[in-house]
Amino acid sequence: MKRLLSLFAMLLLLGSARAATPLPGDSVYNLKVQLTDQDGRQQTLADRRGRPQLVTMFYTSCQMVCPMIIDSLRLTRNALDPATRAQIDLLAVSMDPARDDVATLKSYAERRKLDPRIWTLARAEPAQVRQLSGVLGLQYRQLPDGEFNHSSELILLDADGRIAARTARIGKLDPEFVEAIRKLVAQPHG
Amino acid sequence: MRAGLALVMFGLMLALPAAAADYAALPGGSFTSVLPADGKAAAAQVAPFRLRTEPVTNAEFLAFVKTHPEWRRDRVARILADQRYLSHWADAETLGSEALPRQPVTRVSWFAAQAYCESEGARLPSWYEWEYAAAADATRRDARSDPAWRENLLAWYSRPSNAPLPDVGGAPNAYGVRDITQPVWEWVDDFNALLVASDSRDQNDPDVLKFCGAGAVSLQEKENYAVLMRIAMLSALKAADTTNNMGFRCAKPE
Repeated sequence: MKRLLSLFAMLLLLGSARAATPLPGDSVYNLKVQLTDQDGRQQTLADRRGRPQLVTMFYTSCQMVCPMIIDSLRLTRNALDPATRAQIDLLAVSMDPARDDVATLKSYAERRKLDPRIWTLARAEPAQVRQLSGVLGLQYRQLPDGEFNHSSELILLDADGRIAARTARIGKLDPEFVEAIRKLVAQPHG
Repeated sequence: MRAGLALVMFGLMLALPAAAADYAALPGGSFTSVLPADGKAAAAQVAPFRLRTEPVTNAEFLAFVKTHPEWRRDRVARILADQRYLSHWADAETLGSEALPRQPVTRVSWFAAQAYCESEGARLPSWYEWEYAAAADATRRDARSDPAWRENLLAWYSRPSNAPLPDVGGAPNAYGVRDITQPVWEWVDDFNALLVASDSRDQNDPDVLKFCGAGAVSLQEKENYAVLMRIAMLSALKAADTTNNMGFRCAKPE
């Protein structure tokens, strides 16, 4: 019991030590973004610090490419060995916060069978969504009919929020991207 | 007591340096942009809005940096502003001889421009808002068909880039907006969304020329290349980039 407690204390210390370390200047976590997920939970983008993330931007009413973006995220995760898979989280942020409210994100997650322990579908205020696209190097433009033109990419962030790899291959697996994730997680402080 | 009151007044002035910024009301409406709203031919719809009559100056940006130290050039995160951010200032909190108080501030990133506008209770204008405001000349709200208007826009290119920037406060256009096409280029909110190709699967082609070409196919008003060059320039930038000639102004809803 004592040992368990001290282990717990050590973990706590480690956790706070990580949080206390200043962010690298090239971390996307320098950007203040307030996210709300499919269950209405609030967190900042920087709260995701500590574990590598696969990040993308999408919107739920998108018929053509976005389902493929979500499929590609799933495909990529499934291509990882279980130990690596357990080390990463998935984050998809909507570029359409006007229509993608919490309930819409929730029903989309259920329809697509996206396990909330693995998947975070999130919305943010429009100005912050635009800023997020700026740090991630993604582009989107709303059309008069409400659809979007947008770039489609999966982005790998390291535990401190630095962009470690990205792929624009959507709809089929990008083996180089999978390898980049595997390598990052294999690093001692990945 | 009087001293106390004066102190309070002074405090207010310090706290609200941005309150001094003038905004002009622009009516908006349907607007034929060089960039069709649907990627083909649709006119842009511009809602009524207010636009800063002058670009943000060095003095104004300095006041912002002093109250928002995370935007000092020696503290800003590199992912939000590149190495050249405010590098013409004498130091992090001093303008110096290369940056006069009434000159428009340049070498600011899109993130920094956004943060400034937010501090003023405003935002960056959209491309359509900027283009709409810049379509006016001294007397007409849409002077774009007049060759003289185009000449004026093109005159920017003949100004040597190493010449010192003039102070803000040029002649107002029909809306009362000053310095919109001269002497600096200006960030817009959607700068990175202007040339997104219609089919998203065409995106991220490593061949940049091909990428630009894909967007350019649908550009209207091809004779209006002075405006098109602005779009090309904005599209080539990243949100953390800063340049010698890129400044900004802010906008507000009606």
